[in-house]
Amino acid sequence: MKRVIVLSAIALAMSNWATGNSERNYIEVVGSSTVYPFATAVAERFGKGTSFKTPKIESTGSGGGMKLFCNGIGTGHPDITNASRRIKINEYNMCHENGVKEIVEVLIGYDGIAFANSKDSPQYSLTRQDIYLALAADIPNPDGSETFIKNPNITWQDVNAALPAVKIEVLGPPPTSGTRDAFVELALEGGCKAYPWVKALKKVNKPEYKSRCHTIREDGAYIEAGENDNLIVSKLEANPSAFGIFGFSFLDQNAEKVQGSLVDGFAPTFESIADGDYSVSRPLYFYVKKAHVGVVPGIEQFLREFTSEGAWGEDGYLVDKGMIPLSFELRTNMAKSVKSLNNLVLN
Amino acid sequence: MSQTTIDIVNKNLAKRYAREKRFRLLGFGSVMIGFAALVFLLVTIVGDGWGAFKQSSVRLQLNFDQSVLSIEDVADEEQWQYGNYIGVIKAALRERFPEMTSRAQKKLIYRVVSPGADHQVRQLLKKNPEWLGSRQEVWLPADDDIDSFVKGHVDRSLPESDRRIKDTQIVLVDALQESGDLKLKFNTLLFTAGDSREPEQAGIRGALVGSFLTLLVTLSLSFPIGVAAALYLEEFAPKNRFTDVIEVNINNLAAVPSIVFGLLGLAVFLNVFGLPRSVPLLGGIVLTLMTLPTIIISSRAALKAVPPSIKEAALGLGASKMQVIFHHVLPLALPGMLTGAIIGMAQALGETAPLLMIGMVAFIVDVPGSLTDPATVLPVQIFLWSDSPERAFIERTSGAIMVLLTFLITMNAIAVLLRKRFERRW
Repeated sequence: MKRVIVLSAIALAMSNWATGNSERNYIEVVGSSTVYPFATAVAERFGKGTSFKTPKIESTGSGGGMKLFCNGIGTGHPDITNASRRIKINEYNMCHENGVKEIVEVLIGYDGIAFANSKDSPQYSLTRQDIYLALAADIPNPDGSETFIKNPNITWQDVNAALPAVKIEVLGPPPTSGTRDAFVELALEGGCKAYPWVKALKKVNKPEYKSRCHTIREDGAYIEAGENDNLIVSKLEANPSAFGIFGFSFLDQNAEKVQGSLVDGFAPTFESIADGDYSVSRPLYFYVKKAHVGVVPGIEQFLREFTSEGAWGEDGYLVDKGMIPLSFELRTNMAKSVKSLNNLVLN
Repeated sequence: MSQTTIDIVNKNLAKRYAREKRFRLLGFGSVMIGFAALVFLLVTIVGDGWGAFKQSSVRLQLNFDQSVLSIEDVADEEQWQYGNYIGVIKAALRERFPEMTSRAQKKLIYRVVSPGADHQVRQLLKKNPEWLGSRQEVWLPADDDIDSFVKGHVDRSLPESDRRIKDTQIVLVDALQESGDLKLKFNTLLFTAGDSREPEQAGIRGALVGSFLTLLVTLSLSFPIGVAAALYLEEFAPKNRFTDVIEVNINNLAAVPSIVFGLLGLAVFLNVFGLPRSVPLLGGIVLTLMTLPTIIISSRAALKAVPPSIKEAALGLGASKMQVIFHHVLPLALPGMLTGAIIGMAQALGETAPLLMIGMVAFIVDVPGSLTDPATVLPVQIFLWSDSPERAFIERTSGAIMVLLTFLITMNAIAVLLRKRFERRW
């Protein structure tokens, strides 16, 4: 009896082995964990509302997704990759080297990154420079000598005399996270550039400029709290003097527990991010392999669903999920370019 | 005066007793710490997760009007699929609350019912095609924000801007509850649906089936291989340096972090053999690698426990080596081997790390039907839900943990029972 079971299982495995590789009748999506909640919402609608199978979506991070996506053409490779930043030139080149020559770029909306604390504490009003001075590993010497010193700031008051004397404690994602990349680029570098001589450094010595502006301090003021944003929110609740860095959708869902600090005068709200006033926000993209359109069933229809007003419009369900929509004009143009499957060209 | 031995003993007796008592207390304390941790874990998980088994449902009078549904041709499958089911739900909600007339108010009443409820309506109508053109009373899942409010997770006294549920909606909910149109019901969707981005639509069926298929592959590969390896090593293998190396390696493999097996699976099965990503077949093979050492070690222990006298008697009566093994040793060792296999399976059931590398950590809505359909497993589902922004996923995460724990406890209980039932002492 046992022999029969074992043999049949092996036979089953072998037969599947043979058939499993050839065809794929569902869309395969990889990429950013920030776009994941939005892409999955569209995929689910698409799967339930049409006769196509529901796309499979893996959250691999923007960089990991690009690697898989650019690996080649054929149903063994994913059809779409999500990214919380634009494709980089070296990734674009890697794609081309592997035969992925025709890529359609879709800008879907924006995501704000909140710098938030517990509602039990007062709401802070910060500038990007404050954030930089609080979190960078090295900061410009306050005596104006155009050199860097190790970040000596212990309390927020050290950073900016107008702020309270509360110890700097920030919970944020680890270096593997796209949220952290974006935060470093937008908030830290934004504050760093405010020093004219540092900005000048960019032209002279770009690597040094980058390492000065992008390195987060490692003396305990910045605490790596893992990729789970829910965890950061509950830690903020327990520790009212700490700040957390996470995506806007988590702020939106936990409005009674945490508040986003004002950055350069604007709080992270739906309107301020959509209007571009809130500076710590980033565009969200996905990229489609044109060679797979027509080979894997449903890609065109999936794109149509994603770019429909019911999904990414101002009253669409993606907005309910916390995505900030594009302007109406941008949406119309983008939908048009997606429909005609325009190729992305990067130089 | 010289001391006798008994005097020395008597002098130290109190100290010795005190020492023994301290040691016992220490041991008892350790057990209590472990027990307290377990109780704390169970209380928080059950406390958080209990709500997941209940779901607020709204009773609506749906009018399956052909023109609203835009199903003109009854024979056309397409029209049934793409029918305007949301329109039917919205019409029923407008009818229920005729006093809400402004656009903003209408938007709020539409939010009472789950945004994925049109799928349920579609399924219902497909099952009961005779409903077309009639009015029917239907219970639909409420939106997750409404559900949290009904379960008392939202504080009414908070200012409106701090709540996800608005004042107008609270009035709606109160009215619905008063007329008996909004009730907490058993959450059947949790067990019949696949994953979803709407907490009220999300279920663990897909993950359960995925876990089952994956474990099926693991068991049907690892048990025969493990038992064969154990039999060979125990009964046939010569004792030399080569078998010593194998033995040490098997013991080491049992302690290797599971993510390493995932990397191996990625490198070998995905990249070299070209198996598809995210499928139970691949997951099962990777978990086989992980559970093999456990099964081999426990099978060898079970074989060792068979008394040599039985083997020798059989040999003495003229049985061949094969006969000795298959007639005597294997049946006597089987309960022990099965116990080891079940414990190995329980380990595999709770594993996520190796599956991460082979793409089984993914959003999959459709319930897998075969070994090569994309699938995820129960612990991965828990991981994915715990990372979701929607608050209602918190209780569903704990609910799924409760289901997983039930399975693990059952499997371990079976292992204990088997051991008790078939254990033989010589």
